[in-house]
Amino acid sequence: MSDHNEEVDDNTPDNEPIPLMQRVLDNPFLLLFLGIAVPTVFYLIWGIIEITQIPIAD
Amino acid sequence: MAITPPSERIWWKEPIAKIELSWIIIAFTWGLIMFFMMIYWHGAGEQNLSNEAYKIKPERFAEHTQEMIDAYTVRNESGFPVVHPPAGDDIYLTGRLYNWWPILELEKDQTYRLHLSSTDVQHGFSLQPVNINVQVHPGYDLVFTIKPDRAGEYGIVCNEFCGIGHHLMVGKIYVVE
Amino acid sequence: MSNNTEFRTCPTTGLKVDLAAEKLIKVNAVAAVVFLAIGGLFGLLVALTRWPEVHLLPADFFYLALTAHGLDVLLVWIIFFEMAVLYFASAVLLGSRLAAPKFAWAGFVLMLVGAVITNIVVLQGKSSVMFTSYVPLKAEPGFYLGIILFAVGALIGCFVFFATLVVARQERTYQGSIPLVTFGAMTAAIIAVFTIASGAIILIPTLLWSLGYVANIDPILYKTIWWAMGHSSQQINVAAHVSIWYAIAAMTFGAKPLSEKVSRMAFLMYILFLQIASAHHMLVEPGFSSEWKIFNTSYAMYLAVLGSMVHGMTVPGSIEAAQRSRGLNKGMFEWLRKAPWGNPAFAGMFMSLVFFGFIGGISGVVMGTEQINLIMHNTLYVPGHFHGTVVAGTTLAFMAITYYLVPLIFRRELMFMKLAKLQPYVFGIGVAGISVFMMGAGTLGVSRRHWDMQFADAVLPFDYPSAAFLMMGLNGMSAVLAAVGGIMFVVVVVGSVFFGRKLEKDEKPSYPEVPPQSAAVAQHGSAESLKIPGTTMLVAIFFIAFVLYYFVNWKYLSEIWPLS
Repeated sequence: MSDHNEEVDDNTPDNEPIPLMQRVLDNPFLLLFLGIAVPTVFYLIWGIIEITQIPIAD
Repeated sequence: MAITPPSERIWWKEPIAKIELSWIIIAFTWGLIMFFMMIYWHGAGEQNLSNEAYKIKPERFAEHTQEMIDAYTVRNESGFPVVHPPAGDDIYLTGRLYNWWPILELEKDQTYRLHLSSTDVQHGFSLQPVNINVQVHPGYDLVFTIKPDRAGEYGIVCNEFCGIGHHLMVGKIYVVE
Repeated sequence: MSNNTEFRTCPTTGLKVDLAAEKLIKVNAVAAVVFLAIGGLFGLLVALTRWPEVHLLPADFFYLALTAHGLDVLLVWIIFFEMAVLYFASAVLLGSRLAAPKFAWAGFVLMLVGAVITNIVVLQGKSSVMFTSYVPLKAEPGFYLGIILFAVGALIGCFVFFATLVVARQERTYQGSIPLVTFGAMTAAIIAVFTIASGAIILIPTLLWSLGYVANIDPILYKTIWWAMGHSSQQINVAAHVSIWYAIAAMTFGAKPLSEKVSRMAFLMYILFLQIASAHHMLVEPGFSSEWKIFNTSYAMYLAVLGSMVHGMTVPGSIEAAQRSRGLNKGMFEWLRKAPWGNPAFAGMFMSLVFFGFIGGISGVVMGTEQINLIMHNTLYVPGHFHGTVVAGTTLAFMAITYYLVPLIFRRELMFMKLAKLQPYVFGIGVAGISVFMMGAGTLGVSRRHWDMQFADAVLPFDYPSAAFLMMGLNGMSAVLAAVGGIMFVVVVVGSVFFGRKLEKDEKPSYPEVPPQSAAVAQHGSAESLKIPGTTMLVAIFFIAFVLYYFVNWKYLSEIWPLS
């Protein structure tokens, strides 16, 4: 997502690469994916698996 | 400002104030304490809802309830059978529009395996005044062990909206010495 | 499309405002306030019925009013307003054109049509199934259809928001990272996408079931997926109102986040873990393992709570730092004492912060504890809790920012300033009362969603303790106070929007007094020397209250019948 490359001058702080975590936080679609995947896996899928495994009474 | 982009191109490396860092550590630790408290209570506490449950046809659950009523009814009260099952037994309570069926009479300090289900819509088992609240679903038999530790008369309110007569739905449990 | 986009420059903030975005913000905000008024009125009727001495409505109309109240305020009011917040935080704060305004309009129309359909169906009286509509209770098909249309419209709004982020980045309308408030709004939008998708997954089959095409919907499955919508929709609120706290702190004080990194990581905790707390509603249901319950109800070891606790310090901390940099340095609390308490935006925001933390936040975590839920589930404690979060937290924050939206976006001078100054206090105190007294009644066992706590017509007699009746009376009085505050809000806002003096093109409104940007707090280079003793004290008081209340409830739990 970083498009600072064109602005780079030698020996300016702009040379410094953006840290990984900042790039993650600057990427709305990666965050969108994570924000849907985490609850889908831990809450919905895990929960629905448990519901389907409830045994049938005699 | 929070409504403008960060003033530094690389803000990830800015230092965190000590006071902020201390609060993060305290809050994180507190979160861990609360998390492990739930696990700890499963071992050390006496109030844990069991996760025992079965899928069951509503008619079948009603049959179980009726078998218990036929075997152990001791008297009638306002049209409800009052059932006194043997200590340690499986006991059945049916939530239905608009009552809790039947009235149970239990012995103090004895354990029972309580089965809860509904034969129509969802209901809320709310035992008062001890304030024990459990959700009751049609088609599911929720089983947990109870040990009434004080004698007296207890009310069962329905605390899940179930229809226009929801507020009429009252049941009763007696705990006798 | 970008060629014919028209902008104006805000004379107060210097922000570049896309006129298409501005119009959409206006219509969404107006629709929001209309449904707040309708939903609030239903709420008042509910509270007056639950006040035992008044007992206003007959049973059938009570359940109808309660269904409408839940829908109109928990869903319609907040999501309309959140659409306004999303368009503001993307197009306006980034100085960008709004991507695809036509889609945004289509979304708005769908939401409006959906909300109207559901309201009409509920008012017809055959769909009093509560906001949750737990199967096998069945509503008319239009009930589900309206909610689905509303949700699809809101989803379009979310996509317009994300598309605007892309447009702004491509067209380089800003440098570096997006502002923190936009990041918070993005958090809200992400949660909204999950919320709406879950709602569609469960409500579409339920609509078909109501029409007779599907034979059976499993009640536990329904409830699990429904709460992925129902609870997460309230987590959209949390992300949105926290963003608004930051926005008001910035607009009122020029406050700068203490640390961009910390505040954004706190929002990341929301993105990842806030939504799994939908499990709060599933703690006393048959069929789930304790592992599932504990992991989900604790937001993965309380990491999302950590996020909220961080915001709870960084928002007042940034205000304190800004005030101190202006010389309000005396003692621990001069910065707070001399804060603009007569500015309804600030007053509302600060009360929202305090009430959300102390009332809504603490009670939510306690009630969401796996075992403690047993003594609270479906009692009035539950609505007590969420009136602390959604009304004292979210609604108060949304009202507060509206006092800035009217002059800055609607370009009208605020009318009735005296009324406006009082409004947050009247509403805030009323709502805090509603929350606290309902929680009190819930602790005494009183059921939620219940017409008659005296059980006058029940076959078997039952009595709640008399203290519970007192609580419900106090709750009713608080609701009247909150309703007065709500009416004051509607009068000020509707009056100003339709009859307030129009501001000239480059005229700065006399209110709000936004400090010049140069007054913003010093750069974060001062992190080592940052002094915020007042905030530290507030946070310490909060923490002590939290710990005490948490263990008091374990004590209560240990006194009930042994269960296993």
